[in-house]
Amino acid sequence: MLKKNIIVVMAVVLMTSISFAQDKFYTKTGKISFYSKAPLEEIEGKNKTVTAVIDSKTGAIQFAVQMKGFEFEKQLMQQHFNENYVESDKYPRSEFKGTITNNSDINYKKDGTYTAKVKGQLTIHGVTKNVETTGTFKINGGKIDANSSFNVFISDYNIKIPSIVKDKVSNSIKITVDCDLEPLKS
Amino acid sequence: MKIKTCLLFFFALEGKAFSQDTTNLLNLVRENGPKKEYVYNAFKSSRVIMAHSMEMLRPGVLDFRILHRFGRVNGGAYEFFGLDGPATVRLGLDYGIAEDLMVGIGRSTFNKELDGFVKYRLIHQSTGQKASPVSLIAIAGSTLTTIKWSDPTRPNYFSSRVAYYGQAILGRKFSEALTLQLMPSIVHRNLVPTEQDPNDLVAVGVGGRIKLSHRVSFNVDYHYVVNQNDAAGFHNPLSVGFDLETGGHVFQLHFTNSKGMNERAFLAATEYDWGKGDIFFGFNISRSFQIKKKKG
Repeated sequence: MLKKNIIVVMAVVLMTSISFAQDKFYTKTGKISFYSKAPLEEIEGKNKTVTAVIDSKTGAIQFAVQMKGFEFEKQLMQQHFNENYVESDKYPRSEFKGTITNNSDINYKKDGTYTAKVKGQLTIHGVTKNVETTGTFKINGGKIDANSSFNVFISDYNIKIPSIVKDKVSNSIKITVDCDLEPLKS
Repeated sequence: MKIKTCLLFFFALEGKAFSQDTTNLLNLVRENGPKKEYVYNAFKSSRVIMAHSMEMLRPGVLDFRILHRFGRVNGGAYEFFGLDGPATVRLGLDYGIAEDLMVGIGRSTFNKELDGFVKYRLIHQSTGQKASPVSLIAIAGSTLTTIKWSDPTRPNYFSSRVAYYGQAILGRKFSEALTLQLMPSIVHRNLVPTEQDPNDLVAVGVGGRIKLSHRVSFNVDYHYVVNQNDAAGFHNPLSVGFDLETGGHVFQLHFTNSKGMNERAFLAATEYDWGKGDIFFGFNISRSFQIKKKKG
C-alpha cells in the first residue's frame, strides 16, 4: 500500500515538473532586422533564424542570433557587414539576456495583447551593454507573438565607422524583433 | 528503506532540473550542431592583381573593372617614372550569374585584344559539417587580337587571331589575415611568332594576400611559365601591390612587369624584366553594382 502511494507521489511530482516546463516558450525561427538610415544610403539586414526563449514563470527572456545569418539587398553590404563592421568570424553570435520587469501583469494563459517591459544585457561585437525597451506580447492559443523595436548606437559596441562612409552608415541603428514563440516541451 | 532513498534521489533530481533553468534558458533550445558555412571574402575582389582569385562575384553583381598601367618606372624623372606613359588600359565587365558561376569580358589597348572567360567554382571552402578546407575553381577563356596584320601580303586567317586559356585555382583562406592560392594554367595560341615558340604554354602560378586592416591588404601574384621561349626575351609575370577597399570600390595599386592584362598577354608576352627595373606602376579599379536584387 505504502509502495503504491509513493509511486503516486512520484507521478504527481513528475507531472508538475512537466507542467513547469510548459511555462517556457521558444522559437528557432524568430526574426530580427536592423535598419540604418544615413543621408546617402539606407541599409537593412534581416535574420530569420533567431533563437528565443521566454520563461513565463520567472519572466526571463533571452535571444541569440548568428551574425552571418543577416541578409541584405546588396551582396556588398553583406560582405562589408561581416568583414568590416561586426567581424562575424571573431564574434559570430549576438545575445540578449534579460527579464520582463512587469511579468506579473501578463497572463500567459489568457489570449490578449500585453505590454512587456524588458530590461537586460545586449552583447554585440563582444561588447555587453544594458538595454531597456518595451514590447508587445500577443498571446493567442498558447503561443506568444513577441514584437519590439529599439535603437542602439553602434559606437557603444565598439564598431567603427570610417569617415569615408560616414554619410552611408548611421550610428543609430533601429532593431526590430518579431518572434512567434511556442510552448517548450521538454 | 530502499524506497526512501529512491525518493530522496528523485527529489534531488527534480531540484537540479529547476536550478538549471534559471541561469541560461538558451541551453534548453539546442542550436542544431555546427552548420555548414561557406568561406567568403578570401580576397577583396575577383582578381589577386593580374590573376583570377579564388573569390567569385556574388549572384546578380556586375563588376566594372578599369585596369591601367603607366609607362616604365625606370624611364626616370624625365618620364616622371612612367606616369607620362605610354599607358595601356583594359576595360572589363564581369557578372555573377549564380553562386558558383561568373563570366567576364574585356578589351585591352595592348594588341587591341578582346577577351572573355567563364569561371566556375567546383568546390567551395567551408567549415562545419562536410567541410572542405579548400576551394577549387576552373576557368576557361579565349582572346582575340584585332590589331592589323603586320604583314598583310601573306595569307592571314581569322583563327590566327585567337588564343585559349584554361586555369585551375586551388585556394585556401587560412585565416582572416592570410589567403594563398595555386594556379596551374595552360595557354594555347593558334599562331605563334616563331617556330621556337610553343603553341601550348604551361604555367604554374601562386597568389596570395596578407590583410593589414579591414580595408587594406598586401597582394602578390606570380606565374612561372614552364616552357617559355626565353631566347625571345619573355619573362615570368610578377605583380606586387595593395588592395584598398572604400565601400563600393576596390582600388588595386601595384607594380608589375607585365603590360598585358589578360591571361594570354601576361603569360605569353611579358617582355619586361623586374631585374632591369622594367616595371610599371598600375592600378585596377573595381566598381560593383547590384543588378539583380535579392528578394526578402
